[in-house]
Amino acid sequence: MTPILSVRDLKVHFPVTGGLFMRQIGSVRAVDGVSFDIAPGETLGLVGESGCGKSTLGKAIVRLNDANNGSIHFNGRDITRLGRGAMRPVRSDLQMIFQDPVESLNARHSVREILEEPLIIHGHGSAMERRKRVDEMLERVGLPSASADRYPFEFSGGQRQRIGIARAIALKPKLIVCDEPVSALDVSVQSQVLNLLLELQKDLGLSYLFIAHDLAVVKHISDRVAVMYLGKIVELADAEAIYQRPKHAYTKALLSAIPEPDPTLEKDRILLEGDVPSPIDPPKGSAFGHRIKHPRYEETVGADLSLKQIEPGHWVAADPCCVEMDDWVKLSSASA
Amino acid sequence: MSEPLLQVRDLITAFDTDAGLIRAVDHVSFDISRGKTLGIVGESGCGKSVTAMSLVRLLPQPAGKILHGEVLFKGRDLTRLRPDEIRKVRGNEIGVIFQEPMTALNPVHRIGKQLSECFLVHKKYSKKEAWDAAIEMLRLVKIPAPELRAGDYPHQLSGGMRQRVVIAMALALKPDLIIADEPTTALDVTVQAQILDLMKRLQAEMGMSVILITHDLGVIAETCDEVVVMYGGRVVERAPVKELFARPLHAYTRGLLASIPRLETPRKSKLPVIPGMVASLRDLVPGCRFCQRMERQGSTLRDRPPFIEVSPGHWVEACPTCYASTDV
Repeated sequence: MTPILSVRDLKVHFPVTGGLFMRQIGSVRAVDGVSFDIAPGETLGLVGESGCGKSTLGKAIVRLNDANNGSIHFNGRDITRLGRGAMRPVRSDLQMIFQDPVESLNARHSVREILEEPLIIHGHGSAMERRKRVDEMLERVGLPSASADRYPFEFSGGQRQRIGIARAIALKPKLIVCDEPVSALDVSVQSQVLNLLLELQKDLGLSYLFIAHDLAVVKHISDRVAVMYLGKIVELADAEAIYQRPKHAYTKALLSAIPEPDPTLEKDRILLEGDVPSPIDPPKGSAFGHRIKHPRYEETVGADLSLKQIEPGHWVAADPCCVEMDDWVKLSSASA
Repeated sequence: MSEPLLQVRDLITAFDTDAGLIRAVDHVSFDISRGKTLGIVGESGCGKSVTAMSLVRLLPQPAGKILHGEVLFKGRDLTRLRPDEIRKVRGNEIGVIFQEPMTALNPVHRIGKQLSECFLVHKKYSKKEAWDAAIEMLRLVKIPAPELRAGDYPHQLSGGMRQRVVIAMALALKPDLIIADEPTTALDVTVQAQILDLMKRLQAEMGMSVILITHDLGVIAETCDEVVVMYGGRVVERAPVKELFARPLHAYTRGLLASIPRLETPRKSKLPVIPGMVASLRDLVPGCRFCQRMERQGSTLRDRPPFIEVSPGHWVEACPTCYASTDV
């Protein structure tokens, strides 16, 4: 099946300026060579710690950030360098849901105005038809149609996120980038919103790029999962495989750090020392190997650490610091 | 069993608002034993933070008031202490860790200076002694190169490092009790694991009690000995941690436990949900607030359900609809 989204070697760097004339003195390599595909109807989960570049990547895909390098193909079309005007028709197929539903809804607009706006911009229907469509959308996301004339502050966090979701599906998109859509919500509301996202996916055939730091949530909603560390994807596989048979040392550490809601469980936790290194001056070799002070770190300086297939559909960075010996042997002979 | 370190009895805390007095904490009671960790779990607005802040009298002023109840700490009722007395208790005997370390640290002072202040004020150390003690604390919370880091300003540290500094400050005077309000919520999972491990280790070394406030049932399961579940300003259930997860008795606790996705939950399956949402504090009924959420009508909304001990240490708010005594 042709993927709905195809990202190749994407790089997003932000300039760091300084000195008297604010010249560029370096760059933040927020996203540093990322490639992946999303199939129609598929959810790709994207996990990683804060500052790993996952949100920047999400924004780059909907073109809220510009890419410095690489390409983004959406729905068979290269959208990497489309200008604002050319991008507009694409946006009806490519939407985004944000973490903070308060920040992302205009407080001075009623819910109807918020939901009607995308329809007006994209010239959908007459005033009557738009009205009907707004009511439909509200019902679709489980809000009473009377909500239309109220304002965002009158709603709880979970309801606001429903409004955000209604806006995202207004134009019947094909792909929605969800940036931490449930992180700000309470546990009992979180499950309501997750159920809604799953339901909408089934009914509307949506694809999701689901960005989150909660690994249990990501596993629940995703078909495949990509683990990001310091601007790069270090492991990418089927969700079950990532959780059952993680190959990369960082994925293992991340999984072992999840607090499990089961007090009878005694687990061996891999405690990482230190923090994620700065993306301004990342280590020359394996970023994670550097953090864990791996003895083979020197080997990775200048080496090709790109993803290789270790099992069908299971990709992992070919990094001697981060995989088991026998996996490393497999990776060394595998093709990219 | 030994005398509990802290006993909260029938605590009512209210806020004076334009709409009148609103009770954020309504008849809350629990104990905490020496050396143990008590978790308080609940969703936003359930009153967990207000409960904790009532204990140390750090309520927003002038709106926040303790209307009723006792907070017995080592035999003294903290609700009756004078402001200067409670100030001595805070820091010396009870340390507080907040969610957002940036709000607890002064951005214009070096962290070494902020830490040594604890020793200067409470212990009357000399400047040199206080500075050395501060560095010792930074070493204790595993900040690398503490002599160098002591000269940093808070903004120069990462979130995890800042939270370590806040923990160091809370621990500096070796208090008997630490109140930690969502100490790891703003942190990444790997850093959260480091901080929780650190707190556990220090607790074992120093033998203090901890009240941990969180919305994360995973954190509760891994760190607490006993759990208090709050809903709508009340304690709906209180039990030893294993008992609570194995035999939740209140409908709210059950709903909460069922609704979290776990690693073993079948992928893309529909998660059980608790319908409705938390009512605003202003609109809470006097009776069972979970019945109110479930939009039930009738007598359960009228009177506050009794809080009963169903098995040793396992307490539940016994609303006839929400409390299931037999089946699990």
